Amino acid sequence: MSRGSITAEPPIRAAPPPTQEPGALGRYATGALFLAPAIILLGVWIVYPTVYTIVRSLFGQSGFDDFVGLGNYRTLFTTSRLLTAIENNAIWVGIVPAFVTVLGVIFAVLTERVRWSVAFKTVVFLPMAVSAFATGVTWRIMYQQDPSLGAVNALGRTFADAIHAPGVLASASPSTPSLVPQGGGLVLKTPLHPGGVALLGLTAIPPQQVPSGAKQAVAPTPKPGAIEGVVWRDFKPGGGVQGKVETQELGLPGVSVELRRGSKVVQSTKSKADGSFAFADVQPGSYRAGIGASTFAKPWGGISWLGAKLITYSLILAYIWIWAGFAMVVIAAGLSSMPRDVLEAARTDGASEWQVFRRVTIPLLWPVISVVLVTMFINVLKVFDLVITLAPGSSQNAANVIALAMWRESFGGVNDFGVGSAIAVFLFLLVIPVLALNIRNFRREA
Amino acid sequence: MKGRKSLVAALAAVATLTAVAAAYASTAASSKPASARAVAGNINFDGVWSGAEAKAFGAVIKAFNKKYPQVHVKYKSLGDNLPTVLATAVTGGHPPDMADIAQPGLIQQFVDKGALKPITYARKSFAANFAPSWLKLGTFNGKLYGITFKASNKSTVWYNAHAFKNAGVKPPKTWPQLLAAAKTLKASGTPAYSIGGADGWTLTDLFENIYLRQAGVGKYNLLSAHKIKWTDKTVTTALKTMAQVIGDSSNLAGGTSGAIQTDFPTSVNNVFQNPPKAAIVIEGDFVPGVATVKAKPNIDYGEFAFPSIGGSAPAVEIGGDTLVAFRDTPAIRAFVTFLTTEPAAAAWAKRGGFATGNKKMSPAVYPDAITRATASAIAKAKNVVFDMSDQQPGSFGATVGQGEWGLFQDFLRKPSNVTGVQKKLEAAAKAAYKKGK
Repeated sequence: MSRGSITAEPPIRAAPPPTQEPGALGRYATGALFLAPAIILLGVWIVYPTVYTIVRSLFGQSGFDDFVGLGNYRTLFTTSRLLTAIENNAIWVGIVPAFVTVLGVIFAVLTERVRWSVAFKTVVFLPMAVSAFATGVTWRIMYQQDPSLGAVNALGRTFADAIHAPGVLASASPSTPSLVPQGGGLVLKTPLHPGGVALLGLTAIPPQQVPSGAKQAVAPTPKPGAIEGVVWRDFKPGGGVQGKVETQELGLPGVSVELRRGSKVVQSTKSKADGSFAFADVQPGSYRAGIGASTFAKPWGGISWLGAKLITYSLILAYIWIWAGFAMVVIAAGLSSMPRDVLEAARTDGASEWQVFRRVTIPLLWPVISVVLVTMFINVLKVFDLVITLAPGSSQNAANVIALAMWRESFGGVNDFGVGSAIAVFLFLLVIPVLALNIRNFRREA
Repeated sequence: MKGRKSLVAALAAVATLTAVAAAYASTAASSKPASARAVAGNINFDGVWSGAEAKAFGAVIKAFNKKYPQVHVKYKSLGDNLPTVLATAVTGGHPPDMADIAQPGLIQQFVDKGALKPITYARKSFAANFAPSWLKLGTFNGKLYGITFKASNKSTVWYNAHAFKNAGVKPPKTWPQLLAAAKTLKASGTPAYSIGGADGWTLTDLFENIYLRQAGVGKYNLLSAHKIKWTDKTVTTALKTMAQVIGDSSNLAGGTSGAIQTDFPTSVNNVFQNPPKAAIVIEGDFVPGVATVKAKPNIDYGEFAFPSIGGSAPAVEIGGDTLVAFRDTPAIRAFVTFLTTEPAAAAWAKRGGFATGNKKMSPAVYPDAITRATASAIAKAKNVVFDMSDQQPGSFGATVGQGEWGLFQDFLRKPSNVTGVQKKLEAAAKAAYKKGK
């Protein structure tokens, strides 16, 4: 970019006429004139701010009247939220460049051989065309824990519910303490004998979840030799009296009710439209009435992608999604310019495809791969936009990275430019070795 | 050449790292022409209002220009970046003429730095139009510096009317009534509360409303200034009361783990949608404006004042934008004084989304019934306090994931840990106040 601006402002008129033999001084002047725009731009926008930042990092929050020496750097390495940022950046550096590069190689090599490689490459590369901000917002929505909101968990629910179907009254809970949980279902605490009644009252059922066709619940009447009961929504506007069948309270049809003796289910039936059920011909003895676990099976709740524990890895996944396309395109370009005869020669010599890939393709591609690796190292060290947009506020501490910490300390409410500058300098120092490596590589190539 | 290019790229990377200094440099360069030597009669005003709000403020300026046609107020919207831009501009020594600031903590910082000019000249008009508590809100280090021009009532509770009807509950007036209603709502199948826990400030607002009613205005102001400790008994009681709301995971939309990831707009939609995911959302008068689902006032949703606790008198916690002046010119004096008067408030109030403490303005100016109720509660209430977290140093009261916001999120995760949270709050407050000095 900066190079473009050098050529964009040609100081042609200032150049000496070609007929004159310029002296040493003149030559320097010409050189300086050509360099001037670049030097001014670099000076104003890069050198001055860099020096300013380094100096600022030695002063406290209130400004240049508060010299703290290396105090801000001490803060950086003793504050737990800033240490988390450094740790997280280490995780990023450990995972992302390697994954992105490997994915890039795989995609590049594979797309060489498929017919619709252009379409495939376009799709993989497309995320690069989306701003990181938009990506963050999109993935944040996709990562929502509630499967009815987040696409990732919605996919999970499709599978989870196919294996383990949710019950018809998943959210229901007992209305009185006489119904107790047992093995995922509910059971009446007090044993029943023939001629007894079972009142199975449930609450916390939203009106829209009441099975269709439900009618006013009817309190059971005792019948000799049988156990009669009702399962109903023990709630009417205002609450009503718990454990008592009242008007406006609906029966819950279609609930599978079980009669157990010990742990054995002796009879089971389904409740009618008014919630009533009956177990006929019950032998004398002590029984328990309850509702089976399947009725209350909760739908899959989703994975907490955005929670403090997973957030860094969720971010990394989204980041890889963005950058895999970049790696693929760069490596594919390297691949296409590779001399084919070398590969052919290797094949002729009897090398297997895997050997060709390992021993010939990869070494020849290495310069390109290293460019991808180094670029990703730098990108990952300064990752910022994705983290701030994707991680919800409550997980931002857990998701913190160095560049985000720099922004948060400087502008995110703390307004401590001292610590912010110290983080900036630290980040700068981290990037330098990678940059040096990059420059060396380029020099060697040239 | 390639080496040179990557060197340039390297240095370009540095440029991003040094945004602090760059921002400083650019403000210093750009605002030079508008220094004190500029033509008298121009006011550069930096504000947070954008969109409809900026237009409404334009109407206020228009009303002002009817009296002072020769003064030109140039309003520039900086949105949420305002504190950042102002902080850098003040550091660089070239602030705007006026600004509206939502955080009294930031105003305090500027006052301490000597960046703001007192507006004592407007005191007479201010006192004639507003109750004494409003003058107190604008007073820093003993001098009047600001007018809280646009206020919002943060002591409101919003509910889904259908959910209330299904459960047969009425808007509660007292705390026990609220808890009873919550229990009934849960039994009816709709969790009572929608908590926007991903944004820490919704939690501090809840705490502050409880604390204001339970401990009283005196203690509230002491705690706001960190003159009593966060380990105080009053805080313990308030946190325990707060746990009565956030403590029952099954009565929160999405449970505790859902609540901690729910941002504020989602928490509003949870209640405003039909069928709702929860019946009640506790936040300020700006709630309906945040809802993106279609809901009609009084039919789909309703509002009630934050319930009284232990017989507490009507009290309102407000948030709001306080106007301050960085310079003192005749034009600025005229504008500041005008902003304390009724026509200034009315110019915006009739457009909605605005509440004022100006007691001279008739509530009839407000455009609809709900706004009239929430807004006139501000002017009516005896006890008016400013949002506590906004009064604290930014690192404690207004930073994502740390200080108050972060610790109240920890409290939401584990509402039984009252004393642990108190200790951490005190430690964080101590550090922040020490640093702020």
